[in-house]
Amino acid sequence: MAQITFITNDNQTITLEGTAGSVMALAVENGVSGIDGDCGGVCSCATCHVHVAPEDMHKTGPASEIETDMLELDDNANEYSRLCCQIEISGALDGIVLTVAN
Amino acid sequence: MTEMPTKKPVCVVIGASHAGVNFAFALRKEGWEGEILLYDADPELPYHRPPLSKTYLSNDDGLDKNRLQAAERYNKEQIVLKLGETVVSMDGQAKHIVLADGGIQPYDKLVLATGARPFMPPIRGIDQAKNLFPLRTAADVAHIREVLRLGTSKEVVIIGGGYIGLETAASLRKLGASVTVLEREERVLARVTAPEMSAFFNDLHAAHGVKVFTSKNVVAIEPHGEANEVHCSDGTVYKADLIVVGVGIVVNKELAQQAGLTIDNGIRVDASARTSDESIFAIGDCTYHYNPHYGRYVRLESVQNAVDQAKVAAAAIAGKEPVYDTLPWFWSDQYDVKLQMVGLSQGYNQVLVRKEAENPNSFSVWYFLDEVLLAVDAVNQAKAYVLGTKLIKGGQRIDKTQLADPTVDFKLANLLSESI
Repeated sequence: MAQITFITNDNQTITLEGTAGSVMALAVENGVSGIDGDCGGVCSCATCHVHVAPEDMHKTGPASEIETDMLELDDNANEYSRLCCQIEISGALDGIVLTVAN
Repeated sequence: MTEMPTKKPVCVVIGASHAGVNFAFALRKEGWEGEILLYDADPELPYHRPPLSKTYLSNDDGLDKNRLQAAERYNKEQIVLKLGETVVSMDGQAKHIVLADGGIQPYDKLVLATGARPFMPPIRGIDQAKNLFPLRTAADVAHIREVLRLGTSKEVVIIGGGYIGLETAASLRKLGASVTVLEREERVLARVTAPEMSAFFNDLHAAHGVKVFTSKNVVAIEPHGEANEVHCSDGTVYKADLIVVGVGIVVNKELAQQAGLTIDNGIRVDASARTSDESIFAIGDCTYHYNPHYGRYVRLESVQNAVDQAKVAAAAIAGKEPVYDTLPWFWSDQYDVKLQMVGLSQGYNQVLVRKEAENPNSFSVWYFLDEVLLAVDAVNQAKAYVLGTKLIKGGQRIDKTQLADPTVDFKLANLLSESI
């Protein structure tokens, strides 16, 4: 179980509880604006881009190689960027804050 | 005197797959206050289709993990799902649709997201074949899995070596089936990729124990006990407990025809996804639309096209003037190979292959028409996919020598030609 907070582009703060699956799936299930997950979570579309709060980066670890490459499609990507279909929900994420990328 | 309530406008959407569902949510987001009715003959809560031939087939991870949207989200956005309801006809003059049970539903705006259905080739005996299925719906996958689960013998013949056929082959190998692919052309993926890609995927499947045969024209399917015999024109015969057919699709254009809409190689739409009837839009696999990157009309079978055209149609109905100009992209997953494609390669006259020195299973195929980059197919090389996307969009002249040289660092700046 983990509490995950999303901050959307329209400055809404949404805190959700997840137990399993990907962060993207949790966001889509709850209609978090800006997380589309068009490819269904196979790191092919880059429509689930989030910025991890710097102090939470250790909870997710860095992006994988393919993820880093895909993130280059987005000019807003930075060192805190992740594609959240690649973040599995576990207790380790508890309390994390994710800002949905523009 | 009581005032009559103003009647809310009704938007009817036919087809609740990627295009229809994304459209419905996008229309709400655009501020549409009227009703949204979403029809589909498929009784299942709408699901992602690409996993059907991939993880959903091989892992059986459950349809609930593959829903396009959770059930509550439709309620919350007041999108009324009419699942399991078949629309049998429509009248563009009277502005209504007719359902299988005779019910009539009027509309103010109509969106055709009718997609396509599998093409069943005219093979003798195909209608009587045992355990023969296409692969386009969750029900198709359930049938295929059931046959494999119950059967003691698991000889599968896949007719068609395109993406559906090859993805299905990979998934069925994971399930322990013995798989034969019969492709009519002289190489797999012949219609969509260069020979280099065909050779790679042919070898990949062979290495995983799939028997891939090309130049095989299936002419008859005959019953043989509990199984089938698949006969080819060259006299060869293959036993099949299960047959999967993946030889292309037929656009579901019958409703559009009834409405007298302009139809070409699909339902013809303008840059705003509007058909020749101004109250009717069409989105997704069923449309024939103009692509400004390539300067021609195209019909695309892809999630990207479905989702992006859905957003365009929603914006148009909301009174905006959107222009659909997305660069097409696609993907395919087979075994541990990730294929990502950007652009449309048709019409190319040169192919360059970029191989990464350290990993032979990581390479990309670049399609050019003279100096213009048309498309990139990237195998386990997301970087190539991303660079290809940027280069096609940017339209810059590319230094082909640098591109093909794996010792040159794979960066945008290194690939641009300095000669202009």
